[in-house]
Amino acid sequence: MYDYTAFDAAFVRARVAQFRAQVARRLDGSLTEEEFKPLRLMNGLYLQLHAYMLRVAIPYGTLNPGQMRQLAMIADRWDKGYGHFTTRQNVQFNWPRLHDVPDMLEALADVGMHAIQTSGNTIRNVTADHFAGAAADEIADPRPVAELIRQWSTDHPEFQFLPRKFKIAITGSPNDRAVTRAHDIGLRMVTRDGAPGFEVILGGGLGRTPMIGKVLRDFLPEADLLPYLEAILATYNLLGRRDNKFKARIKITVHEHGIDALRDLVEAEFPRRRAAFGGADRDWLAAIAAQFAPPAFRDADPAPYHAARDADPVFRAWTDTNVAAHRHPGYGIVSISLKAHGATPGDATAAQMRVMADLAERHGHGALRISHEQNVILPHVPLAEIPAVHAALRDAGLGTANIGLASDIIACPGMDYCSLATARSIPVAQDIAQRLDALGIEQAAGPLKIKISGCINACGHHHVGHIGILGLDRAGVENYQVTLGGDGTETAAIGTRAGPGFAADEIVPAVERLILAYLELRDGPDETFLEAYRRLGAAPFKAALYPESEPRKDRSRAA
Amino acid sequence: MSRPFTPQVVTANALVAGDVVYLTPDGHWSRHHAEAELIEDPDRAAARLAEAAAQTGTVVGAYLAEARPGPAGPMPVHFRELFRAQGPSNYPHGKQAETRDV
Repeated sequence: MYDYTAFDAAFVRARVAQFRAQVARRLDGSLTEEEFKPLRLMNGLYLQLHAYMLRVAIPYGTLNPGQMRQLAMIADRWDKGYGHFTTRQNVQFNWPRLHDVPDMLEALADVGMHAIQTSGNTIRNVTADHFAGAAADEIADPRPVAELIRQWSTDHPEFQFLPRKFKIAITGSPNDRAVTRAHDIGLRMVTRDGAPGFEVILGGGLGRTPMIGKVLRDFLPEADLLPYLEAILATYNLLGRRDNKFKARIKITVHEHGIDALRDLVEAEFPRRRAAFGGADRDWLAAIAAQFAPPAFRDADPAPYHAARDADPVFRAWTDTNVAAHRHPGYGIVSISLKAHGATPGDATAAQMRVMADLAERHGHGALRISHEQNVILPHVPLAEIPAVHAALRDAGLGTANIGLASDIIACPGMDYCSLATARSIPVAQDIAQRLDALGIEQAAGPLKIKISGCINACGHHHVGHIGILGLDRAGVENYQVTLGGDGTETAAIGTRAGPGFAADEIVPAVERLILAYLELRDGPDETFLEAYRRLGAAPFKAALYPESEPRKDRSRAA
Repeated sequence: MSRPFTPQVVTANALVAGDVVYLTPDGHWSRHHAEAELIEDPDRAAARLAEAAAQTGTVVGAYLAEARPGPAGPMPVHFRELFRAQGPSNYPHGKQAETRDV
């Protein structure tokens, strides 16, 4: 992974010192809250419902064990002993005190981390496929390019005050695990006549106006990436709306002007930008790429892995869901579920962080990833060592066998933490997971993505959930809308609202009815929920959600 | 005809700790909703909010929140204010985990 240069380290230290002085001036009254707020947001510090929240960037979800241990130390020393991994592959600390934050940032700088541009109308943390560099289906590791974009976008003077925040995602695999079509810019690594490049997707996004991104360029040569990105950002910076926050994202710019008009403007700007680059970015990308060289994979006999699968049904069930194919023979990708039934999705205690760091060091070539689905990945584990990894994970409460299943729920912090939320999302996820566990049906139901947001900003990606749940405030009461048929992969689709919302005590039974209906409706065990939905349409699923007509009318009035 | 005035409390977040605080009848800030002043007059509500908002070295984001009388003091009306008073509902590790009732 990328190691900071002396320049990077000095830059981050300077920002910590600057913020330390800003906090001191806020505390001694030299700065008002109005003056201080934009400064703290530039350093990832929000004021939420119960406390401050520090959002720390984990670039493209990549961590080393030392960094994970430092997150654990920060959680223990300045927070409440846990961290919350987010759908942006970041980590959030929910309880810092203002005067401790400079020390927290200093501790992050000690391990090459920071919280810069995790808020504000800037280019945010670049996200990537969490299996990058390991997946069997990958064309190329997208992380060197993601790192190049991170460096280019960090403190880029032209793009510090965009009309709105800006999110870039990149995948090197045709199987899109990075939700590229729901980002402001999605980059898919492709080749043409043997030459590497990108399909550039523009104007995707979720939130109050969900949009699937449109193809801006079907092939952009790799060498042109940064000037082309700069042309897009420069175009958006001038054209994007600043009169209405809710219409300021580039998806609205694309919607209002059309993708063809945007393309014309970007292509007109592109030559000017390209002329200014001069090739330095190409040289630097090569230097970055050298730091992402694959680890020295061993040729280990996988026999112990297969023997353990044959002998232990619990281990077999866990590997069925939590181990994915690796590009190197004899290796597997281990997904560690942070979704124990009834737990808060994405939370890990400091002790669990240390266990994961130790396992990465001992069995995984020192590599850790955070997925946008709020789990942790050990991307490079010899199959022979996976039984030992599983045993250690079980001892730490991290052995849940549910990756990709219905209880592997994305949930935003919702009204348990977030000042923007209109309803809670975590308790809904907890209750659904516990109910599915009690029913014992989620293994039979197979791949099924439930995603929950506690407001229309859609941090929980509910629009692209096979079953999406949106929590709202209806006349002072929590109410939950259900969307069906969403998809965040290469066949991306925005889910369709099923009908009237459900009260808090109705939503779990409603989801249960949906899953039971699917089990009845499907062609066979190989037909997934999404496939069945696409084959049958919404009607039979709506019938399961709203089994009686009279209560339906009542709900309609209430919603 | 204007709507009848709903009783309110002044609430904010503490500047340093960030936690939820309430303005008490004697003008101090309490971490406990039940110790808040239940304001039943719109003029006094506006005046108290102005006093709170001026305390920029102590609190952030003061506002008026609806409340109602309870056996031990004012109680929240909206569920958002209930969560602010108690702490997160996913598991008790906010104010509800402390020894004193809120």
